Amino acid sequence: MKRDAADAVLYDAPGPRTRRITLIVSVVSAVAIVVGAYLFIYLPLERNGQFTMKKWGPIIDPANPLFDQLWTRLGQGFRNTLIAAVLAIITSLIIGTVLALVRVQLQSLRRRRYVGLAPAAAQALRALTRVLNAVTRFCVEVFRGLPVVITIFFVGRGLPEFGLDFDTLWYVVIGLTIYNGVVIAEILRSGMTGLPTGQAEAAAAMGLSPFQTTRLILLPQAYRIMLPALISQMVVVLKDTSLGFLIGYDDLLNVASQAINILNNPIQLYFVVGLIYISVNYALSKLAVYVQRRLARGRRATPPTTVAPGTQLETEAVVGTTT
Amino acid sequence: MGILIDRFDTFASGFWVTLQICFLAGVGALIIGTVVAVMRISPLPPLRAVGTAYVTLFRNVPLTVVSFFAAFGLPQLGSSANFLKVPVLDAIFSRLAIDLPYFRFFIIALGFYTGAFVCEALRSGVNAVSPGQAEAARSLGLTFTQNVRYVVLPQAWKFAIVPLGSVIIAMIKNSALSGFFGVSGSLSDAMNTLTSQEGLPLIPVFIGISIGYLIMTVPLGILLDQVEKRRAGAAR
Repeated sequence: MKRDAADAVLYDAPGPRTRRITLIVSVVSAVAIVVGAYLFIYLPLERNGQFTMKKWGPIIDPANPLFDQLWTRLGQGFRNTLIAAVLAIITSLIIGTVLALVRVQLQSLRRRRYVGLAPAAAQALRALTRVLNAVTRFCVEVFRGLPVVITIFFVGRGLPEFGLDFDTLWYVVIGLTIYNGVVIAEILRSGMTGLPTGQAEAAAAMGLSPFQTTRLILLPQAYRIMLPALISQMVVVLKDTSLGFLIGYDDLLNVASQAINILNNPIQLYFVVGLIYISVNYALSKLAVYVQRRLARGRRATPPTTVAPGTQLETEAVVGTTT
Repeated sequence: MGILIDRFDTFASGFWVTLQICFLAGVGALIIGTVVAVMRISPLPPLRAVGTAYVTLFRNVPLTVVSFFAAFGLPQLGSSANFLKVPVLDAIFSRLAIDLPYFRFFIIALGFYTGAFVCEALRSGVNAVSPGQAEAARSLGLTFTQNVRYVVLPQAWKFAIVPLGSVIIAMIKNSALSGFFGVSGSLSDAMNTLTSQEGLPLIPVFIGISIGYLIMTVPLGILLDQVEKRRAGAAR
């Protein structure tokens, strides 16, 4: 058995007696789990006729007249889900990067005194940065604190009222971008502020302007360090595309729901839909773990030790921020 | 903007229903998450496997699918989740007792879904405790129970509190899905009713609904930031 961190904290290396006890209790609990699954999952399903071919036929039996039609539709739905997810990820990354740059710039401008300018102009510029700072901060807090459901709903309802008639795809993408762009901006920003101050100081000593420093020195490193968190955010985006059903986007879940109206097999079809989501997202999460391992191994990319607890928690938090 | 004042009742009662959902699902998620976390860090392989499967399952499926499954699948099994009609609780949370089962279904979906994230938050807390702590405790002759109770858990709790808070915030936001699964009277249902059925202008309604959610999420988020900052400062 592989020993991970939790093992090392909680248990000593087991001796022969402990190993024996562990084995016995394992076998007993395995039997208990199987019996429990039979009693509480299999039996209720069986008793309510959930294993009949009438329910499963269209999904698993190629001879069934509805088989082809169902899977063609599910395929279309899955493609729509992927399209929405990819577009939303791209736009969120763009918006997130821009917003992170703006916020870091404003942060660094806040300390600037504008010595060369007339006092009034300097005052005005300082007031302007302070206002912009407050505005961006406010936007970040608001859009991070709002449920994506609400954002998508109001984008889908609101934009047509203002005469912006797009395909529903774009409402989903815009709704997802508003939320995830802000989240990605915060990920990148915490990556940049978490870097050792020596990085920015060295860049300034070489004569780079603040913007060049951010663009050439801080941002690339922030991307590297925060890559696992960014990939986790992609999982979130992919899951959230399923909210498209609110405004009638024809994604995987919506297609499945339409099919269920006809076939009357919610348990079976939602089970299949769940499996599809799990396989894609599980692959993505594994990729995130793999990238994290590689980064940890890589020589140059070791995250700054000074913020290690913060960054760790931030990454965890991002994994948790989901719909 | 008059809508905000005229329909204050709708917003306030929506807020109250949403708060009930969050409280009940949150308690459920904490219980489920703790049980699953214990399973995942237990030394028994079958329990670990079940715990891991649970977390993988619920972390990778959209809450929408889980809710659909609960809302349409459970009736197929002839269940309307009546076991949630707990005698004392349903006096306080009157919605638990009503005949329409969607409130209960949604709480089940949200609780099970969030439970997986709670488990991961707790486990990350335990993992963050340095093994040297427990080794020192063992070399002092502390038993397993003493070790867990006096050395590991107090520290794990500190490491887990911030991720746990993020999970709760995410759950509050996820509760917005309730309005689309027949949970009448919740904040997101109020939004749907006011705009779709009564045709009120969107922006004031949007502001009202947003305030309702932001009251819950933003202070919690700021509090967590403070805790995290203080902790980072203490660690240095």
